[in-house]
Amino acid sequence: MANAVDHSKGLPSHPEKATLEAKNKFLGFWFFLGGETVLFATFFGTFLGLRSGVADGPTSQDVFALPLAFIMTMLLLTSSLTSVLAMFAMKKNNFRGLMIWMWITVLLGLGFLGLEIYEFYEYVHHYGLGFTTSAFASSFYTLVGLHGAHVVFGLSWIITLLIRYRNSGITLTNAPKFYVASLYWHFIDVVWVFIFTVVYLLGVVGG
Amino acid sequence: MSTTTKSKSVLWDWLTTVDHKKIGVMYLIAGTLFFVKAGVMALFMRIQLMYPEMNFLSGQTFNEFITMHGTIMLFLAATPLLFAFMNFIVPLQIGARDVAFPFVNALGFWIFFFGGFLLSLSWFFGGGPDAGWTAYVPLSSRDYAGLGLDFYVLGLQVSGIGTLVSAINFLVTIVNMRAPGMTMMRLPLFVWTTFISSTLILFAFTPLAAGLALLMLDRLFEAQYFITDMGGNVVLWQHIFWIFGHPEVYILVLPAFGIISEVIPAFSRKRLFGYTAMVFATMLIAFLGFMVWAHHMFTVGMGPIANSIFAIATMTIAVPTGIKVFNWLFTMWGGKITFNTAMLFASSFVPTFVLGGVTGVMLAMAPVDHLYHDTYFVVAHFHYIIVGGIVLALFAGVFYWYPKMFGHKLNEGLGKLFFWVFFIGFHLTFFVQHLLGLMGMPRRVYTFLGDQGLDTFNFISTIGTFFMSAAIIILVINVIYSAFKGERVGADPWDARTLEWATAHPLPEYNFAQTPQVRSLDPLFYEKIHGDGKMKPAEPLQDIHMPNGSILPFIMSVGLFISGFGFIMFNMENPILPPIVVAVGGLAITFICMIVRSVKEDHGYHIPVEEIKAKEVN
Ligand code: HEM
Ligand SMILES: [Cu+2]
Repeated sequence: MANAVDHSKGLPSHPEKATLEAKNKFLGFWFFLGGETVLFATFFGTFLGLRSGVADGPTSQDVFALPLAFIMTMLLLTSSLTSVLAMFAMKKNNFRGLMIWMWITVLLGLGFLGLEIYEFYEYVHHYGLGFTTSAFASSFYTLVGLHGAHVVFGLSWIITLLIRYRNSGITLTNAPKFYVASLYWHFIDVVWVFIFTVVYLLGVVGG
Repeated sequence: MSTTTKSKSVLWDWLTTVDHKKIGVMYLIAGTLFFVKAGVMALFMRIQLMYPEMNFLSGQTFNEFITMHGTIMLFLAATPLLFAFMNFIVPLQIGARDVAFPFVNALGFWIFFFGGFLLSLSWFFGGGPDAGWTAYVPLSSRDYAGLGLDFYVLGLQVSGIGTLVSAINFLVTIVNMRAPGMTMMRLPLFVWTTFISSTLILFAFTPLAAGLALLMLDRLFEAQYFITDMGGNVVLWQHIFWIFGHPEVYILVLPAFGIISEVIPAFSRKRLFGYTAMVFATMLIAFLGFMVWAHHMFTVGMGPIANSIFAIATMTIAVPTGIKVFNWLFTMWGGKITFNTAMLFASSFVPTFVLGGVTGVMLAMAPVDHLYHDTYFVVAHFHYIIVGGIVLALFAGVFYWYPKMFGHKLNEGLGKLFFWVFFIGFHLTFFVQHLLGLMGMPRRVYTFLGDQGLDTFNFISTIGTFFMSAAIIILVINVIYSAFKGERVGADPWDARTLEWATAHPLPEYNFAQTPQVRSLDPLFYEKIHGDGKMKPAEPLQDIHMPNGSILPFIMSVGLFISGFGFIMFNMENPILPPIVVAVGGLAITFICMIVRSVKEDHGYHIPVEEIKAKEVN
């Protein structure tokens, strides 16, 4: 995709080097995501192993509310879609479109984050499910919290890009950056789909 | 260094370097220091076990030594020493000017180094970790283990990040930076094993990072993952630990295989027998290596079905390993073999490693493992793999690549003496430990009683350790002696086969003046037979673009170090500063450096053609 943009802008002085660097970054990023996948897999495994270890604390059936988790899922899924639309805009060399769709992505992500904070607050203050209450609680907060931390990181990353390149137009340097950031955002989304199934759906069903 | 950076001091030059060769040398030095440190601990432990009921070390000190010895050897000695060769040799062998991300490469080194430093600080804060290198809970939980274990958790967490970062760098380098014609099926085996070992690091060190994070949260912030009263589960730790721990063995041994596969053909004057089979055997070993972690847990009570599956999966690994062993033998078969020091190490590796493999299959028999478990038989087994495999291969690599790295050979006479003293010492030390194990001597116990028939073999074992220590001293003498009197050699002293020997001498910072065109497996050998003995260039001679050095990797690593220390302070009584300030402050340093790095554009510099021409005359 970066290529499609490059040609319309004219090539820089060292095109081959620029492309090798970009190629390295992409590949490195994919390997990084591979590692992230294993990281999350371990936390999923931990959660699955400990989800019935509630000690005297509340169980997942006591606390989980599907409607809230469902709304959060919808927000995140939509934000993935808008980031795709941003990439389409970028490919068409439509800078305004890129910016607008990316900002919408950010707003949806912020909405998700707000609901997650609300959710955690409720669990702690309403149900007494603190981080140290039981093994179930600890493993729940680490898994979902780690995902939340990824959301925060992703949002800061995208916002930084949006501000830094707010009137630069699409260039050879920033196109790969936006692309990688949106890739990261999709990854966060995919992990959430697993969290929704494994943590919330299974948790409400119980067992 | 190019003319523009010449004025800086030597120290500054090394602190800021992003050159893969210098980073390789730094790994070599740091790894050697940690190796000696952990080796001295081993020596002390063996002295303690020389006679029954010795009082040389206290039980507590022994526990700390055992933990630190194992941890340091695996994470801070063996891994970095292999990384030293990977860094130095892999870019040369694939015909590249550097790794894919030189900045990140420096970062990986410094993070590893400061992680190790953090771990070592434990001695100054009430003693080392004492729960074994596996840190099993509840032994390592907040109720039983002191501050030392926090150093273990955070030291390893930090240094593990460095290892991960480097692994990703190697992967990208090998995929993207190969010279024209260097197809994947023409990669030297050391490059292949680096590639596969890096993949293993990527998929094994991340579970370790997760596990360490859990243990950290448990110990410092009262999470309950491993606290059974609160619904936690201690076997969970063992699963996470060994999902990392077993592949870790292959992370170390596969590159060792790679070194052996370079040295044996070079000194047998034959191409490696069964190249393709070697590549696929390596992949198969790596894959199976992930499936077998629970063979460390036969006695935990997983039940007969799980035990059987893991036992069979483990034994399957013998098949691809056997393929490798036979290919090495067939390579030597009928070759014109030169038994210099490197080749002595490489060829003695083969039978030694096989012995370790055989006891591995024995341990994999789940029912019988109840007898071997936690006895000296296990200690003997894994030291045959780790010392008889990895360390012998490392020594082979040192003697083989030394001329490329430092411009002169190591002395052969001292080298052979070193080999024999080490080799005899090694077998003296560890062979009898099999017997001690069968006689029932438990591992991780600081002393034994007399009159149990254990005296003689323990004494012999310790004598062997003295031999190995003497051998290391001979090696040090050799290094110093050769620095002054060693044979100065040209670019290709062994008349070797692979690309690293095609570079100019002394090795310039850009490696290859012109990227070479690779026309075959064993590219340099091919040109010696079919060409004029020099690599054909794949590009015209032109200015070479190089990255600038940077101090940021160093500062970022210091930031992580401070942050790790801050976390440990949560468990200290009366810390001088609020721990949270230190922990967050350290992270802030690292993040600020990241931001500086991404905002400030660094275009590197160019080496002009005239300067290259001047250097290439040799
Ligand atoms: C070269 C001479 C070496 C000697 C004399 C030596 C000696 C020892 C001794 C006495 C123990 C304690 C055994 C017990 O009581 O259970 C031990 C454990 C261990 N060693 Fe070594 N060792 C050597 C090299 C290495 C190397 C090179 C590595 C790895 C790269 C290594 C890895 C380990 C590990 C992982 C343990 C287990 C620690 C634990 O139980 O927590 N050793 N070694
Ligand atoms: Cu294993």
